[in-house]
Amino acid sequence: MHDKQVRRRRAVLALLVVVSLILLTAYFGESPQSPLHNVQRGIVQVFSPVQAGASKVLSPVRDVANWVSDTLRAKSNVDKLRKQNRELTAQLATLKTEQQQNAQLTAEVGLDQTIGVRNYHPVGANVIGRDPSLWYQQVEVDSGSGEGIALNDPVLADGALVGDVTAVDASVSIVTLITDHDYAVAAQVTNTAGDQGILAPSVGNPNQLLLQELPARAQISVGQQVVTAGFKSGNLTSLYPPGLPIGTVSSANPNQLYNNNEVQVAPTADLRHFSSVQILTRPHAANVRAQLP
Amino acid sequence: MSAPSPRLVLRLALLALGTVVIQEAAISQVSIFGISADLTPLMVMSVGLLAGSLTGAVMGFATGLLVDTVLVQTLGITSLLYIAIGYWCGRLRELRDPAHGLVPLAAGAAATAVAGIGMTLIQFLLGVDAPVSLLLLQQLLVTILVNTLISLPVYAAVRRIVQPALPEDPRRRRRRAYTTGGLSPLQRPSQRLGQINRGGG
Repeated sequence: MHDKQVRRRRAVLALLVVVSLILLTAYFGESPQSPLHNVQRGIVQVFSPVQAGASKVLSPVRDVANWVSDTLRAKSNVDKLRKQNRELTAQLATLKTEQQQNAQLTAEVGLDQTIGVRNYHPVGANVIGRDPSLWYQQVEVDSGSGEGIALNDPVLADGALVGDVTAVDASVSIVTLITDHDYAVAAQVTNTAGDQGILAPSVGNPNQLLLQELPARAQISVGQQVVTAGFKSGNLTSLYPPGLPIGTVSSANPNQLYNNNEVQVAPTADLRHFSSVQILTRPHAANVRAQLP
Repeated sequence: MSAPSPRLVLRLALLALGTVVIQEAAISQVSIFGISADLTPLMVMSVGLLAGSLTGAVMGFATGLLVDTVLVQTLGITSLLYIAIGYWCGRLRELRDPAHGLVPLAAGAAATAVAGIGMTLIQFLLGVDAPVSLLLLQQLLVTILVNTLISLPVYAAVRRIVQPALPEDPRRRRRRAYTTGGLSPLQRPSQRLGQINRGGG
């Protein structure tokens, strides 16, 4: 009798492990349009109303916990923010004048404005799911194709780029964050030369990004802002409009810049704690919708 | 070892679903010391300690699959880790039958460590080019600490839900008899004799 129980226990354990390994292998080797991925998206679609409901019901608990955490952090941030506010006020006056000049010159030269951020339509969404570990840099939000969201739409939080849409269903989307190991975006430093590079994550560290492929003699210093580069070359257009803030240069070691052509960038948004996002729906999505009967 | 009752299966299914929903919709979005607590390995650990290795392993598999599905992650990774947690905690109960009240604390720390370190190892094996950053180690340690602190209340909550549906365990019944002053076959003969004499007047 005891032997039978032991055999049964071992058989079930082996079966569960084998099924897990088969799922892992099949999923890892498949394309995102494969049946296993489709089944998973279907379950997420069914599950998302429950998750959205739970997120709303539990939001007071979440808010209280975050309030305590924010209050503890707020005191140490006050001085830093006051200083930053003074600097930004001074910058704003200069930028307003430059904005007027820029508008006049753009009209005179006839620059292509079709890739500008004004052509994108922002859609608000709430975060309803998030993995607690550092390994999966994804969040789930409660808006989908029903609101005009499409694959690869850029996503903003705290006024800065945080990722793009990598899976979308009628009422739910998956946003992959800029710290995911597969992510890269063309970015430029707002210095006088506007040095451009490829911004990639420092995987395992959501507080750090690397701006790579920079010119070795670039004049980059700590504190300079990094924004999306954006480009249009014939029919090929960047997924992101130019000028979306991403972060600030946090370390610009001249040796690292000369030898590896890279500097470290700190994201502007708090990637672990934002609870709502803005998704920039793409210009062509509106055109496609307009043609529907 | 009989098949689990439908009542137990229903309770475990609702427990898994409820834990995953609460974890993803609320706990994951609350920061404690810069990290988020993870209820799911603690729930699997508690089920293993209460219901045994087989139930623990099946619960681990189902919960892991649910977590991977809901978060659109690579299917099978979390299942694999949670099977190990549920099975080992169940074996701990079957082989040692630990009675100390702080056992869930140690088991919770071990379960969180297995989940964290196991996830790191599997990600490396799958080719994710992550450096072992200080932040990763720091997150792992702080998660273990936070999960250890909440493991006792999580275990108590799971026991409250699961225990009424569990079959009566003879070992637990015996232990209750010892602690309430009943006769124990392990008592020394002199003590037993004393008790009998006192009882006989």
